[in-house]
Amino acid sequence: MPSLPDMNTPEVADLARREADAHPAHPTVPQPDAGQEALFETLLRIGDSTLILGHRVSEWCGHSPALEEDIALANVALDLIGQTQLWLGLAGEVEGQGRSADDLAYLRDAWDFRNLLICERPNGDFGHTLMRQFLFDAWHHELLKGLAASSDPRVAEIAAKAGKEVAYHLERSSDLVVRLGDGTEESHRRMQEALDALWPYTGEMFLGDDKDADMAARGIAPDPASLRAGWDETLRHVLTEATLQIPEGDFAHKGGKQGIHTEHLGYILAEMQFLQRAYPGASW
Amino acid sequence: MSKEWPLWEVFIRGQHGLNHRHVGSLHAPDAEMAIMNARDVYTRRNEGVSIWVVPSAQITASSPSDKGPLFEPSNSKVYRHPTFFDIPEEVGHM
Amino acid sequence: MYAQLVKSEGTKTREEMTPEELAFQERIDRGEKIEPKEWMPEGYRKTLIRQIGQHAHSEIVGQLPEGNWITRAPTLERKAILLAKVQDEAGHGLYLYSAAETLGVSRDELMELLHAGKMKYSSIFNYPTLTWADMGAVGWLVDGAAIMNQVPLQRTSYGPYSRAMIRICKEESFHQRQGYAIMMKMAQGTPAQKRMAQDALNRLWYPALMMFGPSDKDSVHSAQSMAWKIKMNTNDELRQKFVDQTVPQAEYLGLTVPDPNLKWNEEKGGYDFSEPDWSEFYDVLAGNGPCNKDRLGARVKAWEDGAWFREGLMAHAEKAAARRAQAAE
Repeated sequence: MPSLPDMNTPEVADLARREADAHPAHPTVPQPDAGQEALFETLLRIGDSTLILGHRVSEWCGHSPALEEDIALANVALDLIGQTQLWLGLAGEVEGQGRSADDLAYLRDAWDFRNLLICERPNGDFGHTLMRQFLFDAWHHELLKGLAASSDPRVAEIAAKAGKEVAYHLERSSDLVVRLGDGTEESHRRMQEALDALWPYTGEMFLGDDKDADMAARGIAPDPASLRAGWDETLRHVLTEATLQIPEGDFAHKGGKQGIHTEHLGYILAEMQFLQRAYPGASW
Repeated sequence: MSKEWPLWEVFIRGQHGLNHRHVGSLHAPDAEMAIMNARDVYTRRNEGVSIWVVPSAQITASSPSDKGPLFEPSNSKVYRHPTFFDIPEEVGHM
Repeated sequence: MYAQLVKSEGTKTREEMTPEELAFQERIDRGEKIEPKEWMPEGYRKTLIRQIGQHAHSEIVGQLPEGNWITRAPTLERKAILLAKVQDEAGHGLYLYSAAETLGVSRDELMELLHAGKMKYSSIFNYPTLTWADMGAVGWLVDGAAIMNQVPLQRTSYGPYSRAMIRICKEESFHQRQGYAIMMKMAQGTPAQKRMAQDALNRLWYPALMMFGPSDKDSVHSAQSMAWKIKMNTNDELRQKFVDQTVPQAEYLGLTVPDPNLKWNEEKGGYDFSEPDWSEFYDVLAGNGPCNKDRLGARVKAWEDGAWFREGLMAHAEKAAARRAQAAE
């Protein structure tokens, strides 16, 4: 059998060369808006995480084990929704396409969401929800400390406001994890099970990519890996007091920050975006 | 039925530095949690800067039948109230 | 109302009263507040427990129909407002249970009575919330009807109940307004939104009228409760007031109240209107409303699923106290 002719005929090769000469900026020199794009992406990663976790937590309203807890958890959800408005609002501004926080929340599909996978995990029992909250809060607290020192004043301002709220979230979720871990046999078992189940979703918090590196280099956001030590310290302290075992494995599910999610996110969005999708352009 | 969380009375001092004021009650397993719950339940509208909690069972109340002897004597000490004293208008606000 | 058909204990004429009962009635007539641990007729105490308990249950069951739309709220701001409102209802339940607890019944006991079907909650919460417009209509009509009753109850004779009502009324002032704001958006919105708004009014108008309960002008229970100032107005008075207030609000929205007999009556200075179907009311009360089983089921599930959590926290508190005591020795 004769070999196939080379696809790259001289004509095509010539065309490609001319095309490349016409766009000299690509790919060696960054586009003028490349930094903005990385910032936009970073803001989505934070804002989508608070949005999706706030949504999950709000599912408890009216169904918690005690009235006091119902009210407390709703406060956490309200804080997260409020932070979402700020982060996604800024993301829309940075993007410069005229999209509002609501546009970003209600009119993107799952692959454009950038939240951590842990945020979209189903609630499970109340202990599972509290453990997820604790693992997230401990990271969120470190993240906001870093962001409060951001070279971008808009980022620093939001982080300072959110930081106060999250410090309280962490205080409360730590306290409950300790109490339930060191409560009855059953509460201990449930908390350990929750920790084991959620553990593989914590590693993603500290994984960076080139966008993270860019943000860190420009002093806009902390390097994700740099948040690990503080998080580890909080966990060691709280989980020891809670008499819970830190799991040994270091396998990490990942992809949320790049838009590759679990199956759960699609259902969250189907529910959350229903009205905006069913009645496009209506004002509510 | 399992054991119920005890009842706590909640006192809050507002923004303006007035005394702690009784605002209501709630349930919590212990004092620390009662404080946290009070923060979430009773300061949702930015009502306070300081919280006290006291186990409801620890409150000793004056007996209702003592109301007369306890409080009526002060009725006769009207000089304790500023309106008791007439100050001429030209003196100005006092 | 949130406390419908509360049976009052005993109805006595002044001649039949013991000296204690007479002195008690005179205190109420003078406008004094009755406080916990003061002497009170057993009937007063029992009636109040039933009424405040029912009111508290209505608040927490009332979280469910609106909670149904928290995850589907159409904007971030609407989501936050709705969540804050449903959270307030949990708070109101908490204040009311606390008031009931001053009468010598525990919150857990009241919960168990609710779960066993031995205590009621308002019939309105056994109706479903089917569209987003229902979030508007519930705030506008249901909270509107509740406020009619709660405002006068701030002057009720029992101190803790009165104080709970004062706090609740203060917090509720935003609830009805947010509901009406949703209705305005819908009524001025797309044709589909207008249709949704009208549909919500059609479905919730009569259930809202039922909230005040059947006419009680000849009821001895109501007469006793009114003498004790734990019921401040007759059901018919409140219903009339509600209709008179609501009809112009519906007109402003450009919506039609689903009552062909609705007509302004110059002579009485109020609207004439059709009675709701009271047989439906009794069906709902008997457990046959569209959502009775779901609502109570959700409450029971929350309670049972949460038992380990409540016990775990209690166990830790006891352990910690024991450790502290040992360290102090």
